[in-house]
Amino acid sequence: MAKKLIDFVQKKFASEVLHTHSRLGNDTVTVKRDKLVEIVRELRDDPSTQMDYLRTITAVDYLPRQPRFELVYVLYSMKHKHMLILRVMLEDSDAVAPSLHTLYGTAGWQEREVWDMYGIRFSGHPDLRRVLLYEEFEGHPLRKDYLKQASQPRVELLARERDSVEEFNIYVNDRPSSGSRDQ
Amino acid sequence: MGLEHQLPEVITTRLETAVGWARKHSLFQYPFVTACCGMEYMATAAARYDIARFGAEIPRFSPRQADLLWVVGTVNHKLAPFLRRIYEQMAEPKWVIAFGVCASTGGFYDNYATVQGIDKIIPVDAYIPGCPPRPEQVIDALLKLQEKIQAEPWDKYAYEEKMRQREIDGIIPAPPLFQRPE
Repeated sequence: MAKKLIDFVQKKFASEVLHTHSRLGNDTVTVKRDKLVEIVRELRDDPSTQMDYLRTITAVDYLPRQPRFELVYVLYSMKHKHMLILRVMLEDSDAVAPSLHTLYGTAGWQEREVWDMYGIRFSGHPDLRRVLLYEEFEGHPLRKDYLKQASQPRVELLARERDSVEEFNIYVNDRPSSGSRDQ
Repeated sequence: MGLEHQLPEVITTRLETAVGWARKHSLFQYPFVTACCGMEYMATAAARYDIARFGAEIPRFSPRQADLLWVVGTVNHKLAPFLRRIYEQMAEPKWVIAFGVCASTGGFYDNYATVQGIDKIIPVDAYIPGCPPRPEQVIDALLKLQEKIQAEPWDKYAYEEKMRQREIDGIIPAPPLFQRPE
């Protein structure tokens, strides 16, 4: 199985492939963004590959590097039991990728999560909203330049209203005559 | 229970003591369970550890019928408005237990998503450390809370008293939670 899928992509879309490797059994192809939908459709529909299951869409932020983002698509075939990882590099200034929601029903949800966490847009997505965080959240927390402790509370956080230890001491320990074993 | 013949025919007590005694042995609970600590809560509530022995018997799944709010597990900022609304729906007198290290302090979730202790949102009466705490710790916290309930002034949670105390402490009542966008 090794290299078969990489060869498949390289043969059909030779001009689109930037880089391949298959380290540790993970067949990986880095492709250009523009024909991503065609490549995935070919992988899904060709009888020799039949990648009918989109395992996940995720992203990586390599901050100092340009291009900054890499989208990762993990495709799997239920029939042939083989897996291929497609990677797409994206510039910070142009973090947009074509949506795969016409090919896989689950893609819409996973693209929403990538948008939520990394701020990568998907052109053609019918409803690109946040899925895990709340609407009023500003920024994208899994970007490397988001401060990891910068929380955005939805309610006004109060100073602690009760000191329960002090209260316990006032009511219980400092008044031994009216403890739980009341006479 | 076989105790009747050991008791005198007449018992004298103070009203405050009697009310505290009744309150501490009839805690209706509202379990606000968000994470794995819920398993320990269930273990504590079930037959082996059996917090029914301490009067905390029935979980009520409406905050309007509950006295004791157990916040069991991690609370994140997305969830915070709902937790405060549930607290506000409970009738006085009411008590809160922060169950586990996440509810008490945020625990190891020191990040953008998690509330660093639910005492930033609602007042807390007892904190249970542990990740998750053992049922013995939970029972210890419940007994300590019972001691406190017994010893508290019985009108502490009366509305007038509470508002007077808030004025003395300079605590301004929180603004309304859900402001619809225009």
